[in-house]
Amino acid sequence: MITREDVRRVGWLSRIELEDSELDEYSRKMGLVLEYFGVLDEVGGDVDPTYHVLEIDNVFRDDVAGEMLSQGDALLNAREKRDGYFKSARIV
Amino acid sequence: MAYENRDRVKIGLEIHVQLNRLKTKIFCGCTTNYHGDPPNTHVCPVCLGLPGALPVVNRRAVEYAIRVGLALNCGINEHTQFYRKNYYYPDLPRGFQITQYDYPIAQQGHVTIEGEDGEHMVRINRAHMEEDPGRLVHEGTIDRSKYTLVDYNRSGIPLLEIVTEPDLRSPKEARRFLDKLRNIIEYLGVSDLDLEGSVRVDANVSIMDGNRTEVKNISSYKGAEKALLYEIVRQKNLIRRGKTVTQETRHFDEAREITVSIRTKEEAHDYRYFPEPDLVPLRVRDWVAKVKEELPELPDARKERFMTEYGVKAEHAKTLTGQLKLAQFFEDVVLDGVAPSMAATWIADVLKGELNYRDKTIESFKKEDLIEIIELLAENKITERSGVEIIRTLLDREGQNVPSIVKEKKLVKIESDEIDTAVKKAIEENKKAVDDYKDGKNEALNFILGSVMKKTRGRADPKKAREMIIQQIKEE
Amino acid sequence: MSIDRVRELVESVGIEEVLHRCSERIEENKLNTFITTDFEGALTRARKRDGNGGGRLQGVPVGVKDNISTRGIQTTCGSRILTGYVPPYDACVVERLKAEGAVIIGKTNMDEFAMGTSTETSYYGSVRNPWGRERVPGGSSGGSSAAVAGGEVPIALGSDTGGSVRCPASFCGVVGLKPTYGGVSRYGLISYANSLEQIGPIATSVGDVALLFDAIGGYDRRDSTSAEHEFDTSSALDSDVGVEGMRIGVPDEYFGEGTSGAVRDSVWNAIHTFEDLGATYEIVSMPHTRYALAAYYVIAMSEASSNLARFDGLRYGYRVEEGDWHTSFSRTRREGFGEEVKRRILLGTYALSAGYHDKYYLKALKVRTLVKRDFETAFKSCDLLLAPTMPYPAFKLGEKIDDPLSLYLSDVNTVPINLAGVPAISLPCGFEDDLPIGLQLIGNFFCEPTILRAAHCFEQSTDFHKRKPGDV
Repeated sequence: MITREDVRRVGWLSRIELEDSELDEYSRKMGLVLEYFGVLDEVGGDVDPTYHVLEIDNVFRDDVAGEMLSQGDALLNAREKRDGYFKSARIV
Repeated sequence: MAYENRDRVKIGLEIHVQLNRLKTKIFCGCTTNYHGDPPNTHVCPVCLGLPGALPVVNRRAVEYAIRVGLALNCGINEHTQFYRKNYYYPDLPRGFQITQYDYPIAQQGHVTIEGEDGEHMVRINRAHMEEDPGRLVHEGTIDRSKYTLVDYNRSGIPLLEIVTEPDLRSPKEARRFLDKLRNIIEYLGVSDLDLEGSVRVDANVSIMDGNRTEVKNISSYKGAEKALLYEIVRQKNLIRRGKTVTQETRHFDEAREITVSIRTKEEAHDYRYFPEPDLVPLRVRDWVAKVKEELPELPDARKERFMTEYGVKAEHAKTLTGQLKLAQFFEDVVLDGVAPSMAATWIADVLKGELNYRDKTIESFKKEDLIEIIELLAENKITERSGVEIIRTLLDREGQNVPSIVKEKKLVKIESDEIDTAVKKAIEENKKAVDDYKDGKNEALNFILGSVMKKTRGRADPKKAREMIIQQIKEE
Repeated sequence: MSIDRVRELVESVGIEEVLHRCSERIEENKLNTFITTDFEGALTRARKRDGNGGGRLQGVPVGVKDNISTRGIQTTCGSRILTGYVPPYDACVVERLKAEGAVIIGKTNMDEFAMGTSTETSYYGSVRNPWGRERVPGGSSGGSSAAVAGGEVPIALGSDTGGSVRCPASFCGVVGLKPTYGGVSRYGLISYANSLEQIGPIATSVGDVALLFDAIGGYDRRDSTSAEHEFDTSSALDSDVGVEGMRIGVPDEYFGEGTSGAVRDSVWNAIHTFEDLGATYEIVSMPHTRYALAAYYVIAMSEASSNLARFDGLRYGYRVEEGDWHTSFSRTRREGFGEEVKRRILLGTYALSAGYHDKYYLKALKVRTLVKRDFETAFKSCDLLLAPTMPYPAFKLGEKIDDPLSLYLSDVNTVPINLAGVPAISLPCGFEDDLPIGLQLIGNFFCEPTILRAAHCFEQSTDFHKRKPGDV
C-alpha cells in the first residue's frame, strides 16, 4: 500500500536517512498501519474538523520584555560552536 | 494615454516588513533591538526552539498588522489562525516557521500609485503575520565555506508579509509601489525601515503571458528596480532566441546586478501546512474600529490636507509628504508662523535638494534656522540666492547659525547705490551684450544681470537690478 | 508509600535518610525506572529549604518523566538524540513542584518520545513491572508508574497523550490521572502530540493524586492552550460526600472482544460496588469509538512529525558530522531516533503531505469532532463514565513489540479520552494472575472533582489499593 519509492520520498521529506535495504521492511510495517487507517474512509466528511478541543481564543502576551537566556546558556548544549555562533555543516 | 505594456509585463511583489518598532518578538519576550549586539544574546527557549518551549502571541503585533492592513485598504478577517510551514534550514530552529496560511489577518486591499499612465491601482492580495528566521553567516563565500554560523537573535522577529497581485507593469511602477509602501509604513510607525534587514522583497515576473520566475534576495528598493530590469531583458532575450522561459526561482546578485538560477534539489517544496496546535485562533473583528480610529494620518490624506488647508501646490505637497519627517518639519515651521507657500517652496525645492546632494536627512537641519532665513527673506533683507547660500553653509559647517553667516559673508542686501555702481560697471564691461539687447535680444539682459549678481556676490535684488539695467541702458 | 507517610518519615529520620532509602530501593528493585538520578542535587536543594519551607509536598521525593524539562538535569525523552541535553529552564510543573517543597530525585524512564504502550522503546533499556519482572509496566510513563508501585518514590509525574499515564497506572496497580486538556501547563513538556497530551500525577492513592494535581495544575500564561479554570478538588475527598445519586455511564464499546474475562469481571464488580454506594448506572453507546484509534494515531503522528523536526543536532543533542547540512541532518536522525519513532515520523509526514492531507489528517480531525460529540451526548445523562483502562493486564516483555499494530490496539479504551480532551483517572479494581487490573473513570471537561470523588469512594470501599507487589 505504500511503495518503496513513497518511503524513500517521505524519508527525504522527514530528513531521516534510510538505506535501500530497509525500504521494504518500512514499507511493509507502514503499509499495515496505513491499511488500518483505512477505517477512516468509512466516515463521511460532512463535519467540521476539531483543531483545538477547548474553545479558547485570543490568548496574548503584552509587548513587554521578558527574560532572555545568556549567550552561554543558549549555546550550552551545542556540540559545535564558534565565537558565540552555532556552527553547522555547510548549507549548499 | 493608457500605457501600452507591449511586452505584457506582469510583476507581483512579496514584501516582508519587520515590525521592529515592537519592543519584543512575535511569540516571546525577547527584545527586538538586536542590531549590533553579539550573536545569540536576544534568545530564549521559545525563539531558540528548545524542546518544550511554547509560543504566545504578542498582542501589539496583531494591532500593528491590522493597522497596516487598514492602511492598505484591506478587509480584516474575523477569524485568523497561525499555521506551521514545515521545512528544514539551519536558521529555522523548530524545523517549521509559524506563519499564516488560510485565514491571513488582512486580505484584498489596494494601493494607488503614479503609474506609467497616471494613477494606477495595485491590488493587494493579502497581508499576513509570521516570524523571521535566524541569520546565517558564511565563512568566506557561500560556495567555498566549510561551515555555516548561525545567530538566532533575529529568530522570532515579527514580520508582515504583503503580497500584491501581478498588477505592476514595469520596474518603474514596482519601484513606485515600494516607495509608496515605505511611505505608508513610515507614517504608521510600525517599523523603522532604515534598520538593516527591515525590508525584503521577492518579485514574480512574467512577460508575454509566459512562465513567471521568482526573484529572491532583493534587499533594497533600488535593487528591486535593477533586478526587474535585468530579468525582463533576460526573458525577452530568451524569447527572441526562440526559447521559452522556465518557471523557476532565481537569486538576485546585488553586486553584479543580475539574477542567477538557483540549482537547488529538484523537490518542489511540500510544506505540509497545518494549524499551529500550540496557538489558539484569533477573533479580532472588533479591534478594527478602534485601530481605524487611532490610525495616524496617512500620506495621501496628508497631501490632500496640505493642499486644501495650506494651499500648497500639488507638486510640493507630494514632495513634502513623501517623507514623514519632512512633512512634520513643514508643519512645524508653518505652525510657527511662516507662510505656507514660502515654507513649501523653500523646503521642497531648496532644502530637500541640498540635503539629498549631501546624503543627509531633514534631521540635520534645525527648523529655527529655516524660520530665520525665511524671515530675512520676507523682510527683504537678503536675496534668494543668499538664502540658498546660508542653507548650504549651515549644512556644510558645524556650529554655525544664521546671523553669524549673514554677517561673515556680508549677505545683507545692498542698497541701491551699490547696485547702481555695479550696473554701471556691468554695462561698461559688456558692450556686446548691451548692443544685442538694444537689437531686441532680451536674453542678453540676463547676461548683464549675471554680471551684476557676480559683482555684488548675489546680494543684489535681481528684480531691482534688472530694472536698473534697463533704465541705465535707456539713458545711454 | 503515601505522601503523609513520607512526610512523617522526613520529620522523624530526616530528608537525607529518606533519600538514601529511595536510592537503595531503586538499586534493589533493578526495574530500570530512572534514566538519571540526582541524589546529591536533590539533597542540596532539599537542605536549602529545610525549616522554612511550608509547601504541601515539603520534603517529598518525586520522580519526573524524562520528557519534562528540568533545569540542570539531563532530559532525554528516552532517546539517544537527546543524550546529554541539559535544559536551561524548568517546566512549569517542575517550578510548581519545587515551590511546594517537593524533592526531585531524578528523571524516569519512558518510551522514546512518549511513543509507546510498554516502555520497551527507550534507548536506555526497558522498564520492568514490579508485579512481574518479565512483564511490561505499561507505557509510555512506565518508569514513573513502576517507581511508585515499586516503593521507590511516593509520587511521580507522567504524561498522557493516548493513555500513557493511565495504561502504566493500570498495569502497575497505582492511581494515575489524565487531566482535562489545558488543565496542567504544557510549558516545558517536550511535545509528542500537542493537541492531545497532558502531564498527569501518579501516586498510590486517589488522595495523593489529588494533592499532586492541585500542586501542579492551573493556568500558566506561557501556555496558550492553558485553561483559566480554577480547580477545586478539596471537596472531592470530603468523606461526607459520597457517590449517592451519581449517574454512571458504561460505554458498550469499551468492552471490545480483546477484553479479558478477568478484566470484564473486575470492572463489573466495580460497577456493582458503586451501586452499593448509592450510584446508578446505564449502558451508553459511543458509536464513533471504533474510529477513534485510527484518528488518534493519524493526529498524533502528524503532530509528532512536525514536533520532532527540530532535532537536527545543531543546537543540542546527538550529532553526526558528515557532508553538508542536509546529509548531516538526515544521518543524525537516522542514528539518533529508534525504529518506532522513525516510523511514526514517516507516517505523520505522509499523512500531512500533499495528496494525502485530506484523506488522513483532515479526516482524522473530523472523526475527532464525532468522538467529542459522543462524549457530549453521554454526559447529558451521566455524571461520569466507567470502563476498563486496558483490555488486559500487563503482557510480557517482547510479546508485542514486533507487531506495532497489536500494540496500538491496546490503547483502544484510552485514546478516545485524549481526542475529546476530557479528564480520566485509572485506579486498581482487581487482579488477574496476580497482575493488577485498572478501572477507568471518565469525567466531563473540568470535572476532576467528580471523578476524584468517585475514585476515592471506590478506594475507601475496597482493598485493591492496599495490595503491594510481592504480597502473595
